[in-house]
Amino acid sequence: MMTEKTKTNVPTDRSPLWMGLIVGVVFGFLLQKGGATKYDVIIGQLLLNDFTVVKIMLSAIVTGMLGIHAMKALGWIELAIKPGSLGMNIVGGLIFGVGFAVLGYCPGTIAGAVGNGSLDALVGGLVGIVIGSGLFAALYPKLKSGILAKGDFGELTFPKFFKVNDWIVVIPVVALIVLLLFWMESAGL
Amino acid sequence: MEYFTEVRWSPYVVGIGIGVLSWFSFFFSKKPITCSTTFARASGLLERLLRGPQVEQRPYYQKIKLTWGWQGMLVTGIVPGALLSALLSGDFRWQWVPDLWASAFGVSPLLRVVVALLGGIILGFGARWSDGCTSGHGISGTLQLAVSSWISTVSFFVGGILAAQIIFKVIGWE
Repeated sequence: MMTEKTKTNVPTDRSPLWMGLIVGVVFGFLLQKGGATKYDVIIGQLLLNDFTVVKIMLSAIVTGMLGIHAMKALGWIELAIKPGSLGMNIVGGLIFGVGFAVLGYCPGTIAGAVGNGSLDALVGGLVGIVIGSGLFAALYPKLKSGILAKGDFGELTFPKFFKVNDWIVVIPVVALIVLLLFWMESAGL
Repeated sequence: MEYFTEVRWSPYVVGIGIGVLSWFSFFFSKKPITCSTTFARASGLLERLLRGPQVEQRPYYQKIKLTWGWQGMLVTGIVPGALLSALLSGDFRWQWVPDLWASAFGVSPLLRVVVALLGGIILGFGARWSDGCTSGHGISGTLQLAVSSWISTVSFFVGGILAAQIIFKVIGWE
């Protein structure tokens, strides 16, 4: 019996689990300090009254993008790009958005909300996310080759799409985000 | 040390902190900060407890593997991390109904929990459909300039902003 196919494409989990725990503790600490573990702050963002969440995300993206691409250029790390398709990312993203507004937390911040004492997050939201994820797992075989495959583009990045060096995209994107943040501050958002 | 007892930090300090954390995560663990797959694993692991090992044969669980793993530890760590921050600043409180929700829909814990449950179901389903959440796509994917993540993140906010307007400006009473 030939078992050549034992080598799967799934990356093996070699990093120590305690490192994941530490990253989580720091992440949770930062989310709480930023107010992102709170329903009022998240819904305030979606109602466009409070731009805290967008400011956190955009400054994390700028910081992360510069460091990650510098480390990639030095050969220290490899990117971990999620493959995608229009059917996955647009349709799934819109469904996620509706859930985001109805629940008022997302999968990361809900864990932080639990740590902050939010019982609606613990008793309602957390249970719901587990049920919704299980529902998807049950339906996955039916969706897989249908809508999820529509407009498939695989593991694509913008530098790959435009066939240019990473920095040709990184620098303008960073500049645009920084400008946007300055504009938001000057507009009093 | 006084800084750690403050209730709120500037969103830019928090954002830059999360960005730097993502460097460490990539460098030491070769992984981006992602959360939502853990909830699908939790679902599969719970179902396996109830229905036995055949649950693992589901194609989706074959794909994501039913082990708590590194990402599960990350999500687990968020709880004490947020708790520590809240305790240091005196910002911890048990709360069933968030203030903003109460201002539009009243103080009934039952209504809030039922809606949160429903929202969670939609959110969990959507996170798996788009293969990521506000962390995995919204921060970690966008910072890597992944096309899938930028499309997803824009869709998260389009769907979220539209739904929030409907919930608070059309359905909301008061």
